[in-house]
Amino acid sequence: MALPKRIIKETERLMAEPVPGISAVPHDDNLRYFDVTIDGPTQSPYEGGTFKLELFLPDDYPMTPPKVRFLTKIYHPNIDRLGRICLDVLKGNWSPALQIRTILLSIQALLGAPNPDDPLANDVAQQWKEDQNTAIATAKEWTEKYAKA
Amino acid sequence: MESEDDFNSARSTDDEMMDDVESGYSDDDFDDLEIGEEEGFDAHDKITATQKQSYEVEFKVWTPKDIDEAQLRLINEVKDVLGQSPEATAILLRYSRWNREKLIEQYMDNQAAVLEGAGLGESNSTEARVQTLTGFTCDICCDDTSPMTTFAIKCGHRFCIDCYKTYVNAKVTDEAEAARIKCPADQCNRIVDNKSMELLVPDNLTDRYHELLVRTYVDDLENLKWCPAPNCEFAIQCKVKAKELKKVVPTVHCDCGHDFCFGCAYNDHLPAPCDLVKKWVKKCEDDSETANWISANTKECPKCASTIEKNGGCNHMTCRKCKHEFCWMCMGVWSEHGTSWYNCNRFEEKSGTEARDAQAKSRQSLERYLHYYNRYANHEQSAKLDKDIYVKTEKKMTQLQNHAQLSWIEVQFLDSASKALQRCRQTLKWTYAFAFYLERNNLTEIFEDNQKDLEMAVENLSELFEKPTDQLEKMKVEMMDKTAYCNKRRIILLNDTADNLRKSRHAFWSNDLGA
Ligand SMILES: [Zn+2]
Ligand SMILES: [Zn+2]
Ligand SMILES: [Zn+2]
Ligand SMILES: [Zn+2]
Repeated sequence: MALPKRIIKETERLMAEPVPGISAVPHDDNLRYFDVTIDGPTQSPYEGGTFKLELFLPDDYPMTPPKVRFLTKIYHPNIDRLGRICLDVLKGNWSPALQIRTILLSIQALLGAPNPDDPLANDVAQQWKEDQNTAIATAKEWTEKYAKA
Repeated sequence: MESEDDFNSARSTDDEMMDDVESGYSDDDFDDLEIGEEEGFDAHDKITATQKQSYEVEFKVWTPKDIDEAQLRLINEVKDVLGQSPEATAILLRYSRWNREKLIEQYMDNQAAVLEGAGLGESNSTEARVQTLTGFTCDICCDDTSPMTTFAIKCGHRFCIDCYKTYVNAKVTDEAEAARIKCPADQCNRIVDNKSMELLVPDNLTDRYHELLVRTYVDDLENLKWCPAPNCEFAIQCKVKAKELKKVVPTVHCDCGHDFCFGCAYNDHLPAPCDLVKKWVKKCEDDSETANWISANTKECPKCASTIEKNGGCNHMTCRKCKHEFCWMCMGVWSEHGTSWYNCNRFEEKSGTEARDAQAKSRQSLERYLHYYNRYANHEQSAKLDKDIYVKTEKKMTQLQNHAQLSWIEVQFLDSASKALQRCRQTLKWTYAFAFYLERNNLTEIFEDNQKDLEMAVENLSELFEKPTDQLEKMKVEMMDKTAYCNKRRIILLNDTADNLRKSRHAFWSNDLGA
C-alpha cells in the first residue's frame, strides 16, 4: 500500500524542522514505524535523561491516533510498567488534525507535569500523592539508572 | 482510570452542567415526560391498571416509532421556546440529556454558556458548509489539489470533504457515536449538527446513524431502558429510581414476552431486591467447590439406595424399585409433606452449643448456604424440566385435540398450567436467595408459611403434569383449579414481601454468614 501523502509530508517536516529535544526517525523497511527519543524536560525529575519510545501509525491514521509506547523504563504516574501512556490526546481527545509532532510535544509536556489524579500506574500515583518528595527522588533515580546511556 | 471517557473534555463539561441530572430525575421531570406523551401514547399505554397488586409497578412499553415521535415532539416544543432551529434544538436537548426544564432554565439564564457547552458557540464563520476552493490544503490528508471540495460546520474549521466524511463515518461505525461528534479540528468542541451529518453520512450508514440517535434518547433518560432480550427493539419506561431499589423490585414485562427487572436488567427476580440478587449470584459463582458438592440430577432412594433420576419438575419422588415415596429436596417421607406441616422449606437452626465451636459454625454456615442453594438450584432445574415437559405437553395438546376432539381453546388449560408453573418456580427460586439473607424476626414465619404454601401448590400442579395424556382430559378441572391456586399463592407471597420491603420491615444480613 502506498504511503498516504499526509504521512510523507509529516515525515518530511519532522526531518526538515526537528522539534528541539525530540527526534523521530522512520524505519527504512516500515515507514509507519518510528524510533523516537524525547529528552526529559529541564526542572523535572527526568532532566538529563533521554527516553526511547516507539511510535506506530495504524492503517486508519490519522482517523485514529498513533500508537506510542515508552521503551525506556520510567517512574511516572501516567506511564505504566509496559510503557503505555495515559494521555487524553492519544485517546478520546484525538483529532485527525493533530500530528506526530504535536503528540510527541504533549508527551514531553506530560513528563514536565505528571498528573497523579488521572493515573495509569496506580502504585506510582499513590506514592506521588502520599509522598511527593520520595516519588520525585525515585523518578530521578530511575532516570539516572535507565535513561542515561 | 484508563477509560476513554475520562479524557473526554466535552463529557466533563456536560457533567458539570448536568450534575443534578446524574443524581436522578425529580418526580416533576417524570410528569413532564408523561405530559409529552399523552397525545401519542394512549394506544401503547401498558400501565397495568386493572387490579394492580402491591408487588407490581407501573410501566409502559415503547416501540422504536414511539421513541422517534417523542423526540420529535419534544424538539418541536422546545425549538419555539428557545427560538432555535430544529437541528440546534436537537443538539441542545441531547446535551442536556433530554431534560427540557433544565435546558430552558439554563438557556434563559446564560444562553452563551449553554450554546458553548453544547458545541453551538458563537460562530466564527457564516460560510456555507460545502465550498469548492482553490489553493486549499487539507490539514488531515495534506492534499492540495485545486480546486477542491471542502466542508466545514459553523466553527469554520475546514477540511476536504472526503476527510470529513471518513471522519464522521469512523465515529458512527467504530465508536457508535452520533449525537455528540465533535469537529475534527484539535480542541474544537463544536458538535457536528444533524443537517451536516445528513450530508456527510453515506446512504449505507444512515439507518445506523438514526438508530444511534434514537439510542441516545433512551440511554439518556433514567426512566427509560432497553429491553435486554436479544434482538428486542422495545424500550420500557418505569419511574422506579435507583435509590428506591431496596424497597421495591420493579419487574416489567416487555411486549416481546421477556420479563425482567427494570432496576438491574436481570431476569425477573421477585421477591428478592436487586442488591441481594447481585450478592447471591456472585456467591453462587464463587462457591464453585460447594457447587460440586451439589448433586444435580440424581439421588439415591433413602430406603433402598437405588439411583433415582429426576425427570420432571415435581419433587414428589417414588422409587421405581421399592415404591418408597419421598421428597426430592429434603429426602424426607413424602406423606409428611402432604399434611399441614410441610416444613421442607425451612432450615432448622442447630443448637447453640454446637454453634460455639468455630469449626462447627463454619460447617453450619456452609450447610445453611447449601440448604438454600439446593432449593434455589432445584427450582431452577425443575423449571427447566417443567419446560421440557411442556414441549411434550404441546404434543399432548395436539393429541387431545385429535382423539378427544377438543377444540384448541379447550386444551389451553395445559398452556396456562405450564406458564403458571414456570412463573411460580421462578419466584420460589428467588425466595430461597431472599431467605438466605433474611434476618429472623416476627415476620419470618409468615414469609416461610407463604413460601411453603406456594411450594406445595407448585408441587401439586407439577405432579399432574407427569400423568399420561389419556388422563389429562379428566383432570382438566383439577388442573385449572390448581393453576389458579398456584397463581393466587404467588400473588399472596409477592404482595406480602413487597409490602414489607416498602415499609422496611425486613432486615437482611449484611454478611452472608446468616449468624
Ligand atoms: Zn483531506
Ligand atoms: Zn471546529
Ligand atoms: Zn423485549
Ligand atoms: Zn433487579
